[in-house]
This record gives sequence, C-alpha cells and structure tokens, in this order.
Amino acid sequence: MANLSKTAAIVGVAESDEIGIVPGKSALMMHMEAARNALADAALTKDDVDGFFTAGYWNYDVAEFLGIKPTYTDSTSVGGSSFVIHVAHAIAAINAGYCEVALITHGQMGRSARAPYGRDPNLPSAQYDSPYGIIGPPVNYAMAASRYMHQYGEERTRQALAEIAVSTRKWAQMNPKAMMRDPMTFDDYHNSRWIARPFHLLDCCLVTDAGAAVVVTSAERAKTLPKAPVYVLGAAEHHDHSLIHQMPDLTVTPAAITGPAALAMAGVTHKDIDLTMIYDSFTYTVLATLESLGFCGPGEGPDFLANQRSAPGGDWPLNTSGGGLSYTHPGMYGIFLIVEAVRQLRGETGERQLKDPKLSLVNGTGGLLSSTGTIILGVD
Amino acid sequence: MADYKLPLPTKQPESDFYWEKAQAHELWLRKCNTCGDAYFYPRDICPKCYSNDVSWIQASGKGTLHAYSIVERGPIPPFRDAVPYVAALIDLDEGPRMPTNLVGVEFDDEHIKIGMAVEVTFDEVTDEVTLPKFKPAS
Repeated sequence: MANLSKTAAIVGVAESDEIGIVPGKSALMMHMEAARNALADAALTKDDVDGFFTAGYWNYDVAEFLGIKPTYTDSTSVGGSSFVIHVAHAIAAINAGYCEVALITHGQMGRSARAPYGRDPNLPSAQYDSPYGIIGPPVNYAMAASRYMHQYGEERTRQALAEIAVSTRKWAQMNPKAMMRDPMTFDDYHNSRWIARPFHLLDCCLVTDAGAAVVVTSAERAKTLPKAPVYVLGAAEHHDHSLIHQMPDLTVTPAAITGPAALAMAGVTHKDIDLTMIYDSFTYTVLATLESLGFCGPGEGPDFLANQRSAPGGDWPLNTSGGGLSYTHPGMYGIFLIVEAVRQLRGETGERQLKDPKLSLVNGTGGLLSSTGTIILGVD
Repeated sequence: MADYKLPLPTKQPESDFYWEKAQAHELWLRKCNTCGDAYFYPRDICPKCYSNDVSWIQASGKGTLHAYSIVERGPIPPFRDAVPYVAALIDLDEGPRMPTNLVGVEFDDEHIKIGMAVEVTFDEVTDEVTLPKFKPAS
C-alpha cells in the first residue's frame, strides 16, 4: 500500500456562524454557513471544490443546497467518526487524481430540529433493542461502562470519569464558543443527577445545534495558500459492530486498530503527540478510547488520567475546545475535533492555545462505540 | 393490552420464527451446522462462516449478566414513564450475547451484580408480541 503520509493537507476549517442553541436555522443552513466559512478560511471558493464529502443526509441533497456540483462524491456515513474518515478518503482521492479540493461538511440541529431524526424500523435495532428501551447513546454506552467498572474497579473508574468531565470543562471555560463555561467541581460531577447508571448527567455530552466544515487539498496546492498547511500524516478507519450486544469487547473500541495504524503511517509514537482530541460523547468514551489507542494498557486509564493531567497546564492536553461534553455536540461531533486540532496547530486558539504544538492525534467515534477514524495531523 | 405504548419489534422474514417461539414462551437461536457457532440475532446465513446450513436450536434460557444500566431518564417519550428499568446484556449459556431487560429484582447495585446467573422469562406485552426478558436464576 502506498504511504500517503504528508501528501495532502487541511487548509480550511470552520464552524457555522453560530453554534449552541440556534432555533432560527435548519441543519442544511448549518452545512452552508460552515462550508462558506471553511472555504474563506482556506482562501478558496466554492468553484474550487471538486470533491464533496458529507454524512447524515445524502450527498446530493446537501450539495444541491450548497450549490456544489462535485465530480467526486463520498457519503461514508458511520456516525460521528464519518468526518474523520472523510479526511482519510480525501487524501486517497486527491492522490488518485479523482479530486483536488475536497470539502467535508456537517450540520445538525440536535436540539432545535423541527422534525425528529429517525432510524429505519426494518433494522435489527428495532427488533432487539428498542422494545427494551435500549435506545440512543446513553443507555448503550452506560452498559459498556458498567462492564469496564466490573473488570477494573468501580471507584477508580468513577474517579477517571470525573477527571475527564472536570478537565474538559476547564478547557471549555477558555473557549468563547463553548456552551458550558461555568466552573465544574468534582462535587458538581458526583452530585449531578442520574441519566442511565453508571452515567451522571455530567458524564454525557451536550445536545446542540451546530455545523462545521473542513477543506482538504494536495500538499502542493496547500503551499500556495496563505495559511500554513496542516498535513495529514496518518489516517486509519475501522468498524466492528453496530449494536452494543455485537461489540466484541465492551472495553475496547475500534481505535485499537485505527490508533496504531494511523501512528505507524505517520511514523510517530504516542509520546510525540502534543494534543489528543478524542470524541467525548461520554466520559467513558474517552477512557475506553485512550486505552484502545494505546496511550496506556487495558484498565490503566484511571492511573493515566489521575490528577488532572488532561486539564490546562497538564502534560497530556485533551479536547482543548471543551469537547462534546462542554463545547458542542450536535449529534455527529467528529468534525469538530478536526476544527480544534487544526486551530491549535496553527496557533489560533487564543487563551487556550498550547505552546507550539506540532502533532495532534484526532480520534472520531461513531454509533455505539461502533466505528473509529484516527488521523494524525502535523505542521512543519 | 391495547394501551401498551412502548416500541414493538418490526419482525423480519429471518426472525419471524424467533418471535413465534417467544409467543410460545421459548427462546430459540440460530446455530450453524458447518462451523458450530450459535449466534444472536437470527440470520439465515451464518455470519461467521457464510454457510447456508443453519438450524434453529432451543436455548436453555440460562445465562449470566454481562453488563447493565439502571435507566433513570427514558431515552424517548414512552420510556420517560417507564423508568426506572434495567437495560441488560446477557451471555447465554449457548454462547451468544443478547440485549434485554432484567426484571424481578430490586433495582440497585446490591441486588444486581455482573456475572450473576439469570434465566429467561416471557412478557406478553400484546396479543401479537411476547418479549423475552431475564430474571435472577431461581
């Protein structure tokens, strides 16, 4: 397999004009605002776009609304990890000559949509899960977390989940776009109400309205643009189940495949990573994922995360935007991980800016711990 | 039972037999005659080896609790009124893992323990649908 490391770069990222609670917009308007803003960030125009990538809606529905007529289209739709995987596919398509400027868009009205989103009742989930109230992420992920607690100890797991919730809020307090910016203490975490045990409210991500977009082009073309290219150094994707009862091991996510593969492609190791962006649909998603990625061994996550090392000032900065837990989470959050990683690597994040980061690992997770995409991003 | 408000399964051709047997208070699984794998949920082709030579077997109905959640906030409106309930994954003695509700037990961590022995029970929620659920083994 050809090594496509550093052959393409992310040259534009943006959110929609507003994110959070935005009842005056539709999901497609969120796509459109984000697309316009990301192309402006890249100093490119709509007419430069020849590759189009989205998930959730069908590609031609979104592209038509956006006024885009691509000659390469990719509708890979595996939940919140889709947009990270789109980057992986974009670099392949660009190298193959199928497109030169890839636009990846997202938009969801998780909170304010005028009609509900639904799943096809012909799918197995409608037979075997829904009748039992095994519906939606909290119940499913909570069961996975219960298994982790059983295997590795309830108290130390609980502490790890609290460390993640509290450190993520500290980052959000430095992000003007974050929805939840009030201080959060460990007591606040432990005292928040139950949603689906073992999850408290503060184990769960937000439900917001938001859109985001990412522009990818060849390394050569990226060098002609005003902003410093953020190179895609490694990329990998995997899914190994859809429904939680089909997950091979409730404590190991597909990141066990994609983390090592993306790092190997980039030719770097965990210790080289300056910023880790892990999809935090729940605190537990982070705990299971960081172990699966290989930052530490199985069951070692609670020790790895101890004493707020993922918080501002810590030696393992995590989810510096404030994450899905405190910044925004419209439903398929993965693209927002990329937005923050690129801004950090460019030095554009103001008060929360890390000191001269060179490498970021981004891991999107989709479905019920079903799919992951991992990319390694870097700047010269 | 006309007032049953929770979601009902949309049965599929490959699972009609499973639901028919549930109405008779029996739990049946698919088992592959080629590779020997018993699996959940039903498919007419073995998902492990793609053999068409698959049978139905009656499960013992016994298993252990693999994971669970006491749900305190219902995920969709009809379940808002059904909380608390216990979402559970059961490792059946025949091998497969299946989702269900744990019933017939106090809903707290003292009475629900991962690894505990459980057995199937049948909940006739409508005239057409009986849901296999699980309770602590007697």
